[in-house]
Amino acid sequence: MSGPRRERRKADPDLHDPERLYVITGDLDDSERSALDLVTMVVAQAEPSPTFQPEQAAILRLCQAPLSVAEISAYLSLPFSVVTSLLSDLLATELIESRAPIVRATLPDRSLLEAVMHGLQKL
Amino acid sequence: MDFRSSDTITGPRSEDVLPTTATAAVKVVIVGGFGVGKTTMVGSVSEIRPLTTEETMTQAGVGVDDNAGVETKTATTVAMDFGRISLSEELILYLFGTPGQERFWFLWNGLFEGALGAVVLIDTRRLEVSFDVIGRLEERGVPFVVAVNTFPDAPHHPVEALRRALDLPDEVPMIDCDARLRASSRDVLMTLMRYLHSLAVPLA
Repeated sequence: MSGPRRERRKADPDLHDPERLYVITGDLDDSERSALDLVTMVVAQAEPSPTFQPEQAAILRLCQAPLSVAEISAYLSLPFSVVTSLLSDLLATELIESRAPIVRATLPDRSLLEAVMHGLQKL
Repeated sequence: MDFRSSDTITGPRSEDVLPTTATAAVKVVIVGGFGVGKTTMVGSVSEIRPLTTEETMTQAGVGVDDNAGVETKTATTVAMDFGRISLSEELILYLFGTPGQERFWFLWNGLFEGALGAVVLIDTRRLEVSFDVIGRLEERGVPFVVAVNTFPDAPHHPVEALRRALDLPDEVPMIDCDARLRASSRDVLMTLMRYLHSLAVPLA
């Protein structure tokens, strides 16, 4: 076939690209931000009460069952960084619990991948 | 902050509420150029109606001609659609895909690095719209498979010709799919998982 052709790129350990100039808006430092992923699962440890701020009460109400940070952001119509900031406060006061996602490791875990395939086969 | 009263927040529908045992999540990112069917694929396999999350990226003004000495900032909102598949009572798979603005997703901390892998969805009528995302995945060492979304009026090319045009190594799997169909999109995800499995080193 004719038409444009792509050229392969090499993995770059010291990735340097101009868009790195963009940063996520917010006041969190890197350590706090990296603690919460889009798919960190969150569960409330308390019932919402009138003493909470509306955003916090809404999160506690949503998270009576496990919910990802991405879903909380979507249901509240708030940007990810705003939600992670709210969640950090709730975590600090132990009103919620969080479970970090399983991320790709240098050596992928075969049993995890097998569990994913088993689940997909049932779809 | 403009925030609606918490009474008006709509949470998950009762059938979408996860069991309390759902504690482990993994994610896969679906990439490709504008209009290749990423959101369609997310929607076809998701157990929930796809949702949207967003983030605001800001750029400090750099090299702006007329504003010497004035600090300027440009804000860009990056939206991302996602869906969910409960793989078991404990394990949940999240799928992320979005229309447009793809160069910005790579700034979303951990989105790709934390993902198990990626699906590059391509449209044979406009292969070049996927060149940039493929290059970025290669640079970051994110494993991916290429799914050829079969549009009715798209020319059919042999996989090997597409592989050459995309300059893909032989080991990167390529698969035809119809992103509208759940079974077809599921097969694409299976292809990715088998590929990741083949990359995994068995424990001694």
